Amino acid sequence: MHPAFQGLLTIAIGVSGCVGYFYLSNQFLDKVLFPPRGPNAGRNINRANIIRPWLFLFPAVAALGLYLAYPVIETMRLSLTDRVPGGGYEWVGLENYKQMVAEPKFWEAMRNNMLWLIVVPALSTFFGLLVAQLTDRIRWGNVAKAMIFMPMAISFVGASVIWKLVYDTRPVEQDQIGILNALYMFFGGTEPQTWLTIPFWNSFFLMVVLIWIQTGFAMVILSAALRGIPEETVEAAILDGANPFQIFFKIKVPQIKTTILVVWTTITILVLKVFDIVFAMTNGQWETQVLANYMYDKLFRANDWGVGSASAMVIMLLVTPILVWNVRNARNEMK
Amino acid sequence: MSELKLTDVAKTYGSVDVLKHINLDIETGELIVFVGPSGCGKSTLLRMIAGLEKISGGMLEIEGQVMNDVPPAQRGIAMVFQSYALYPHMTVRENMAFALKIAKMPNAEINSAVERAAQILQLEPFLDRLPKALSGGQRQRVAIGRAIVRDPKVYLFDEPLSNLDAALRVATRIEIARLKEAMPESTMIYVTHDQVEAMTLASRIVVLANKGIAQVGTPLELYETPDNEFVAQFIGSPAMNLLPGVISETGDMTSITLDSGGVAVSSIATKSDQMGLRVNVGVRPEDFFPDDKSTFLEGNVDFIEALGEVTLLYFASRPGAEDIVAKFPGIEKNLRGQNVKLNADPAKVHLFHDGLSLRNSR
Repeated sequence: MHPAFQGLLTIAIGVSGCVGYFYLSNQFLDKVLFPPRGPNAGRNINRANIIRPWLFLFPAVAALGLYLAYPVIETMRLSLTDRVPGGGYEWVGLENYKQMVAEPKFWEAMRNNMLWLIVVPALSTFFGLLVAQLTDRIRWGNVAKAMIFMPMAISFVGASVIWKLVYDTRPVEQDQIGILNALYMFFGGTEPQTWLTIPFWNSFFLMVVLIWIQTGFAMVILSAALRGIPEETVEAAILDGANPFQIFFKIKVPQIKTTILVVWTTITILVLKVFDIVFAMTNGQWETQVLANYMYDKLFRANDWGVGSASAMVIMLLVTPILVWNVRNARNEMK
Repeated sequence: MSELKLTDVAKTYGSVDVLKHINLDIETGELIVFVGPSGCGKSTLLRMIAGLEKISGGMLEIEGQVMNDVPPAQRGIAMVFQSYALYPHMTVRENMAFALKIAKMPNAEINSAVERAAQILQLEPFLDRLPKALSGGQRQRVAIGRAIVRDPKVYLFDEPLSNLDAALRVATRIEIARLKEAMPESTMIYVTHDQVEAMTLASRIVVLANKGIAQVGTPLELYETPDNEFVAQFIGSPAMNLLPGVISETGDMTSITLDSGGVAVSSIATKSDQMGLRVNVGVRPEDFFPDDKSTFLEGNVDFIEALGEVTLLYFASRPGAEDIVAKFPGIEKNLRGQNVKLNADPAKVHLFHDGLSLRNSR
């Protein structure tokens, strides 16, 4: 069969399947299950109307359940089991979690994640706010914004490759192609540094990449929020004698506080899941491990589904409260 | 002593003139109202006095000091915005205290200033509320309170009542009048497009039109002796009727033969060389009265609007001319379709040539 025809057929089956489902299920409900006839007609109509929304919700609920809820439960189950050599698995209770917390690499990942959690959202939001305010009044502000927003369009791995070049190290007798080493040597450094192997500080070099990407996001959202501030309140503050700093911090920032929080928490959630940058740049070596990369190591390199799933559960537990809080905030914002 | 003085003030945006040759002396304790049609630059002029817009030409003095380049906060002015412009994240108390905190005033003084303003404006029960928990009228009072605590030399009001509903507008208007009476030493400048506000509040009205000042005067001066057709038609509602004609007799009393055939008499004196001059005869609707022996004006009542206290009569006009309107006291329902002869007191008949009143050309 011709592929185009196959495609059309698929669409036709899919659409008629959907229409058929909604039509037939409603028919079944109204004609067979609770027909509006006989001695219980009124009761039947009420019951049918209670059930009807669920008929419409069912496909979406089923799909979400299959692709979102089921994996969570399955991961939880896997985190409580171990693979038996030669096939099958056995129930081990909390053994995987015990093994995980006994590993120094896990605590290194936890510590780094906390560092990322503090530094990246704070700096991204701060720079985003700064850029949004500074570019608001100047003529080439939109060009500047476009430039700063551009990293958002680059994948994390692409960004990592770019920044790996920034941190690149060449032997001392060659020209340094990494700009950091080039500058370092220019300002009197004797040995080119391998920046990504300097423990503790190398985590910050990785964070720079994410800050570089996320500043654009923060800037766009905060810039829109800043423009939403009524101009009169700013003028009133000018008449009240406030200087530009006081206007910014006492009049503008408080008015966009909820937006700042939403941006902050959105980036926080992203940071908790950070994987690509670490994977592409250091792969967790030299004490740069983070939870998501740790999970990947366990799950796909060590083929240890137990500990891998256990670390996935830890990440989920860390994200959930912030996620709930963020959704609630966003909802309040919309009211 | 003159509190605020504008000398040849102008405003341009690029090559577009918005205002030019604005000359105005405002005395201490006056309440000056700027009125004019939309886009005449009345708000722009106010914002220039406030320092929110740059003055493109001329000089602004407050208490004898040139203020052109003085930052807004140091001009001794306070402004009340149309949209209130309250800081939404601050309570009423914080809103009013903000300027004083910025000025680093001691806390005790701030508190007493805020309490005093709250007492004047009856805002005491709301001091710890956020603006969003207040009604429109209360918000407007907070905005006024924010001006009062700064104890400015000049208060600027930018259409402060136009966001309020009709009933509240009347109430707040009276409140502002009382406030002004309670602070006789303070000077206020008030921008509005509502003539009732202008007529009731102003000690003097400044009518702005055509990039400049059309006339300055007390409300009744503007009503009784308008300098030009614009002011004549802008002040008063419905607008003054303008009837074209030719001067047919000069002297202490002037007769005018109207294009419609009648003869009008005005107490405005004219000289013999003005014989035959084309003029517009201006009569306010309320100055017309029915007079069977009148030679002034005669017409069929085309349409009436009975408002109870007055009745508006619209006379069928010739094509191309504006309707003639007369305003009779009381209810006159039966006049529709009838032929009515109108007359007017010569003292209340205005004459305009080229848009300017002949009253001033003597």
